[in-house]
Amino acid sequence: MDRSKVSQYKAIVIGGSAGSFQVITKLLAALPKDLDLPIIMCLHRLKHVRHGFVEALNIKSVKPLEEPNDKDMIKKGKIYLAPANYHLCVELGNSFSLSTEEMVNNSRPSIDITLETASYVYKNKLIGILLSGANKDGAWGMKKIKDRGGFTIVQDPADCMIDTMPSAALNLTEIDLVLKVDGLIKFFQNLNK
Amino acid sequence: MQDIEIAELRKLTEFIQENFNYDFSNYAMSSFKRRIQRILELYKFPNVDSLVKRLREEPRFFHEFISEVTVNVTEMFRDPSFWREVRDHIIPNILLNNDTLSIWHAGCSSGEEVYSMAILLKEMGILEKSKIIATDIDKSILLKATSGVTPTKNMELNEKNYIRFQGTGNLNDYFKEENGKSILDKSLIANVSFREHDLVKGAVFNKFDLILCRNVMIYFNQQLQNKVLIKLHESLFKYGYLIIGSKESLIWCDIANKFIVVNNEEKIYKKIKD
Repeated sequence: MDRSKVSQYKAIVIGGSAGSFQVITKLLAALPKDLDLPIIMCLHRLKHVRHGFVEALNIKSVKPLEEPNDKDMIKKGKIYLAPANYHLCVELGNSFSLSTEEMVNNSRPSIDITLETASYVYKNKLIGILLSGANKDGAWGMKKIKDRGGFTIVQDPADCMIDTMPSAALNLTEIDLVLKVDGLIKFFQNLNK
Repeated sequence: MQDIEIAELRKLTEFIQENFNYDFSNYAMSSFKRRIQRILELYKFPNVDSLVKRLREEPRFFHEFISEVTVNVTEMFRDPSFWREVRDHIIPNILLNNDTLSIWHAGCSSGEEVYSMAILLKEMGILEKSKIIATDIDKSILLKATSGVTPTKNMELNEKNYIRFQGTGNLNDYFKEENGKSILDKSLIANVSFREHDLVKGAVFNKFDLILCRNVMIYFNQQLQNKVLIKLHESLFKYGYLIIGSKESLIWCDIANKFIVVNNEEKIYKKIKD
């Protein structure tokens, strides 16, 4: 089955950590403007710096990112970023909720939490993407996405500044596509066709 | 471990409702499910049914359940810019028309926000004029809050926050260290009344100039948030302030038009209508 048709999906969720900022910047700059899936991003970031990150990502992005408030509805075509010092969860009924629970994998926001809650809600209609990073956060979340029938992509470890994160996912679960940055950009551009 | 089914959670919340008179049915699903999962792992329950069985056979276990199901991760002077705003604008504003100050920390957890407030008031020289009530659903966390004891390993973060808050001294001035624990100068919280209170089922019990309820309602669904906000509104004097977490909002709720936004960045609202 061709799993690259946008109509099969309800959302895209992306996790990244050390070494992912430039990848994300390139992706955001190359996104098709009319991609009407929500993109939910959980990137490791400084816990006590509320401002500046979203602004930095917005400079090159084709459309502005938003740090959702608790219980905000998830809307088609929007790009969301997990706010500093909160876990970002997807709730049934297609809304977000935030949490200040314990750190997971030494992280808040934790990629595992965002990925797992998204996969619980979107099941096989979710694309999960895990990028460069220096810890194992996100690997378990990718496994949940795969177990629930979603589509999984990691950045090619050889292409990563730090490959611990995608490698951990590759060791833990089946990954549908292993892509370099250019491949990721093409994947997004082909989604709409 | 198997995924917890929503039907199982519903059974659990119904059981608790009938037997303990607490209502968790409108807690936000994703975090509630994760908390229950955590309890199953912590106590090695194979499934939700065994948790229910334990609660049935040993009702005292419910206190532990409450402690584990609620989220008690907090820090002193979290969001330092918010605390500066309270010190520089909100409290001076209240004191324009009042000689005293009444504050409710709704969902105070282990007390870090209460300590922050007490230190702030002390530094403003108005601690003696202030009356603080701090409530939580969890008895044992209230004991911790009352004790003023914090693990010293948490103090590094608290100090960083305090420095960003630009307090007049050093945070360490208010604590003494003993065996890896930092103990708050108890005179700071001598006049704080710590009480057990459930925001969901509890009644309105007093009126306040200022209510802090930060990062508490994020664990509720919107329907429950709405109900709790009505109670918080009722618990405020007219022109009193309600403060919620930096990523919460009340613009959508039923009583939104009874508040004005004082500071959208720090989520400070002022009650303008009864």
